[in-house]
Amino acid sequence: MTLTPVITEHWDQPDLYTIDGYRRVGGYRALEKALKQDPDAIINSVKDSGLRGRGGAGFPTGLKWSFVPQNDGKPHYLVVNADESEPGACKDIPIMMANPHSLIEGVIITSFAIRANHAFIYIRGEVPNALRKVANAVAEARRAGLIGKNILGSGFDLEIVVHSGAGAYICGEETALLDSLEGFRGQPRLKPPFPAVAGLYASPTVINNVETICNIPYIIDRGVDWFRSFGTEKSPGFKVWAVSGHVNNPGIFEAPLGITMRQLLEYAGGVRGGGKVKFWLPGGSSVPLLTEEHLDLPMTYEEMAAAGTMLGTGTPMIFDETVSVVKAVTRWLEFYKHESCGKCTPCREGTYWITGMLENFEHGHAKESDLELLASACNQIAGRSFCALGDAAATPFPAALKYFRDEFIAATNSPVDDEFDPVASYIYAGAATR
Amino acid sequence: MSENFSTDVVPMVNVNIDGVDIVVPKGTLAIRAAEMIGVEIPRFCDHPLLEPVAACRACLIEVEGMPKPQPACAQVVNDGMTIRTQQSSEVAKDAQEGVMEFLLINHPLDCPVCDKGGECPLQNQAMSVGRPESRFEGEKRTFEKPINVSAQILLDRERCVSCARCTRFADQIAGDPMIELLERGANQQVGVADDQPFDSYFSGNTVQICPVGALTSSAYRFRSRPFDLVSVPTTCEHCASGCSLRTDYRRGEITRRLAWENPEVNEDWNCDKGRFAFSYLTEGRITTPMVRENGELRPASWPEAIDVAARGLAHAGASTGVLTGGRLTQEDAYAYAKFARAILGTDNIDFRARATSVEEAQLLRSSIAGTPISVTYDALEAAPFVLLVSFEPEDESPMVFLRLRKARTTVASIGAVVTRGLSKMGGSLIAAAPGDEATVLNNLSADVKQALTQPGAVILVGERIATSQGAASAVAKLAHETGAALAWVPRRAGERGALDAGALAGLLPGGRPLTDASARVEVAAAWGVDVDVLPSAEGLSGDDILQAVSRASLGALVVSGVDAVDLPDPAATAAAIRGAGFIVSLDHHHSEFTQEADVVLPVALVTEKAGTFVDWEGRSRPFGQVFKDALAMTDATVLGMIANAIGKQAGAWDIAGIRRELAGLGQWSGAREAAPSLPNTAMTVDGFRLASWRELLDAGVMQEGEPFLAATARPVAALMSATSAAQLGSPATVSVAGPSGSVVLPLVVGDVIDNVVFVPMNSTDCSIYRDLGARIGSSVAVTAGGVA
Repeated sequence: MTLTPVITEHWDQPDLYTIDGYRRVGGYRALEKALKQDPDAIINSVKDSGLRGRGGAGFPTGLKWSFVPQNDGKPHYLVVNADESEPGACKDIPIMMANPHSLIEGVIITSFAIRANHAFIYIRGEVPNALRKVANAVAEARRAGLIGKNILGSGFDLEIVVHSGAGAYICGEETALLDSLEGFRGQPRLKPPFPAVAGLYASPTVINNVETICNIPYIIDRGVDWFRSFGTEKSPGFKVWAVSGHVNNPGIFEAPLGITMRQLLEYAGGVRGGGKVKFWLPGGSSVPLLTEEHLDLPMTYEEMAAAGTMLGTGTPMIFDETVSVVKAVTRWLEFYKHESCGKCTPCREGTYWITGMLENFEHGHAKESDLELLASACNQIAGRSFCALGDAAATPFPAALKYFRDEFIAATNSPVDDEFDPVASYIYAGAATR
Repeated sequence: MSENFSTDVVPMVNVNIDGVDIVVPKGTLAIRAAEMIGVEIPRFCDHPLLEPVAACRACLIEVEGMPKPQPACAQVVNDGMTIRTQQSSEVAKDAQEGVMEFLLINHPLDCPVCDKGGECPLQNQAMSVGRPESRFEGEKRTFEKPINVSAQILLDRERCVSCARCTRFADQIAGDPMIELLERGANQQVGVADDQPFDSYFSGNTVQICPVGALTSSAYRFRSRPFDLVSVPTTCEHCASGCSLRTDYRRGEITRRLAWENPEVNEDWNCDKGRFAFSYLTEGRITTPMVRENGELRPASWPEAIDVAARGLAHAGASTGVLTGGRLTQEDAYAYAKFARAILGTDNIDFRARATSVEEAQLLRSSIAGTPISVTYDALEAAPFVLLVSFEPEDESPMVFLRLRKARTTVASIGAVVTRGLSKMGGSLIAAAPGDEATVLNNLSADVKQALTQPGAVILVGERIATSQGAASAVAKLAHETGAALAWVPRRAGERGALDAGALAGLLPGGRPLTDASARVEVAAAWGVDVDVLPSAEGLSGDDILQAVSRASLGALVVSGVDAVDLPDPAATAAAIRGAGFIVSLDHHHSEFTQEADVVLPVALVTEKAGTFVDWEGRSRPFGQVFKDALAMTDATVLGMIANAIGKQAGAWDIAGIRRELAGLGQWSGAREAAPSLPNTAMTVDGFRLASWRELLDAGVMQEGEPFLAATARPVAALMSATSAAQLGSPATVSVAGPSGSVVLPLVVGDVIDNVVFVPMNSTDCSIYRDLGARIGSSVAVTAGGVA
């Protein structure tokens, strides 16, 4: 399968991040088209395109938009989730760095479609450079009359607010993001009501991922059929794959959904030092890990689900044989323990307990019966926590146990560092020692 | 009031829980529906009066058609839903056990030294639905313990299960979101801002609803174990809200008070004064009768003291004044009303130990006394509009405040200050400088009048209406014109009961006009006396009684539960006490009156007797005796003994008999005195006008001995507008001077009418009567500076 750069097509153009640079490659053409359409027609186009959310859950975007009640007399809001914080995910931030105007164009079209006059871009607080890029782009677009009153003579008004998060992973959860945006401490909200009915400031709100929104101008400009010519029936379109880990050429590769990990690995130059893939994650630490045997699966929402994992953010992480799976899982759980918001018992207490047990394995203090206890504790979180953070925290261990039980048993005898030299797994280790 | 309530029939839905079909109102939560069939689903964060949060996950149940277990506390039952709780679902049982195990991971399990042990929802539910043994072998998270979230409320963070009941109560119910959850994950903890302690009037409720021992009160911490306590349902004696309480005692001493559920009155809440202020009950009691001999009070036997009292009062006869304070039970107030009329033959009686007016008495007799219940708490909740007149609910009747806040009804307040309470109710101020209320009432905008004509609209009048001439008349006129319901909310617990019992000049029990012959006939019959025994002309008010006593035109004074500091004219009160020919004082604590009395007769405390407080609604709030073996006698019993010694009979003096007489008399259905119709007089004042009321937590004698409670009171300060403050040069402190003295207070700028200064009426080192010689609406001089 060949690469199909669309969102990333002109990233080598040095001034792409400016409005002139973006316009030179056809930027804002879709907006002009969109503003001449009926908003419902845009919603229907996005529905027909089959575009699914690129933030991790893969919910059909057009369907989400159609949940917003129309003519309800309330303000509507679009909120762009740019709080990219998932371990291993690095696609939204590069998009905002390289081509912020494609996001803004998508925001304007989406707002027009859902009848929102106010849009918010909630950007992860740790990436001020991306925030500056987007804020500058918003200012440029405003000067160009693309934001503000009566955009391009259409009668449509829109304000865009760029908002910085304050460093909490939970604020990537859409309702926690809304709380944070409203000035409260970010914790997930009870649903129902769902954001489409009562979201930001208790008004109908659509929350979309950066990459999702960046697809919109291309669907409008080039059409549904063109979009559907990529990918599969249930996973149409293309994806910005960000490949990281023990590969020779980590980076971003845009290709249709349905590409296999083996093909992506080739684009990424193969495993470093000619080594083998030990395990890999299709999209962030919140999805169950896979092994070498899964490298030829088409990377679509449906095939990944069938394999017992999820496509997630579509940002594969590759781990070679220098890595202790016990140690990797422990690091992930330490992350979830640190980021658990504390609202619900299973996630708050479960991550605390599980992390402690995993650290025992890492340091060689555990006993074999702890494996069943760990599995049981994970079971007590999965499906019972308030939001998906708990589910995500309950994910890494069961998958690791499924494929690497022996490694956990080995860890009951000695610290994992004895078996797996930590230095060997460092990214720079290959250059230094091989 | 039926038109105030929706007559729409709530649609019902069918639901099957654990195989049992039941029909419940639409919108019912699964956790409540399960209760209806006797299934108790474990819960921590759930509270029926708080918004669901579904945080603790202890109540997970299986709902057919849903892939994951659902929290029963947030799951609304839909028609045709099939629900399986832990009783019939392994999924639910396993989920609940799992959550319970998680909850105990970081919980210290220090139950043997924890105040909550024995009445702890975590302990109980861990026993009923938890695993017998924990599988957790790691190290528990610990915190420094305890921290003060206020002087009164202590927090042991390691015990907290993050249910957020306390923070939601503070935010949703009290409107004091001073406590909040901080930090993340297992480090999540309740906390306060560094410079803002949890000084809410309602903070004690958080201790009660905490499902673990994380929140405790300084007053009760480590004092007792719940299973050593004897609990008695009681009614709060502090204000006219009428809260149901539970009084817990051990070895003859009260250890604590809790709010007790009463959906019609206080729901599940009470205020911190009602919860924590009870030390006064045990300290400083008068233990024996006393008589004055050679100018000195000396202990006496009951027969001797009764004999001295009877001879003195028989001698004075109708030339006696009777002051009953505002804190007696209705039965005791009734006994004074009867004693004055039937035994002494006088109508000189007044229950109001505060600033009063003739006009107020007219309003009370014409429109309030002995009227059926009309405006209730529920009516407030349903009211489209509530107008407050000279009434600050958060300070003067905290449950009225909570109910108005809950109702989110439109509230407007005629007053001089946009108070914190008014802001929390989302109310608006109709500006009236103290003394100008009548003028403002007579010139209300068309919008306000229109709002008052809506069915269910209410005018709530506070006792301070008496301080503004013409205001009571204007209120009566306004209610008449608009059809709005009128309710009077006094501050003290005994005032409404005393009013209904006839402990006011011109008024017989049940709202009967004394001047009405047929009313006198009814009452005389109930008392078993000749109608001619009863006075037929209206007697003196409390103020006039004191004047008359000091001029020696009255021969004797019978006093119960009156503190001189509560009366607006300290000099006149002192003169009356000195000048009185004969004083009989019935009290449990010493006061200026007992010190100068000729006979002191100790009477029962509220914990030593049964009785009834009538709350502001007119609702009887009867309560039983806490200490069953107490020897102290009620006021009524003592008055009966005096009557007997005088040689006169007048029906019953025991509580059962008095209740029978009150019930037999019922409410007056005949003609009533006309409402007052005094013209308002324009006030002209130089300098600042004084606004004042009693704050909930202040220097009141019933709050004595409670340092932790006192430390959560609002800071004593002079409050004025930014403009007025600027005119003084915005000093840090001001001196407020009245006719008899001055106080220096910190200056606080607030939303106050210009040229008005608010000073708390009776707070620490600041009593407007005692220290300033000023009254509400008086002109006071405010100058910059001084050392507070």
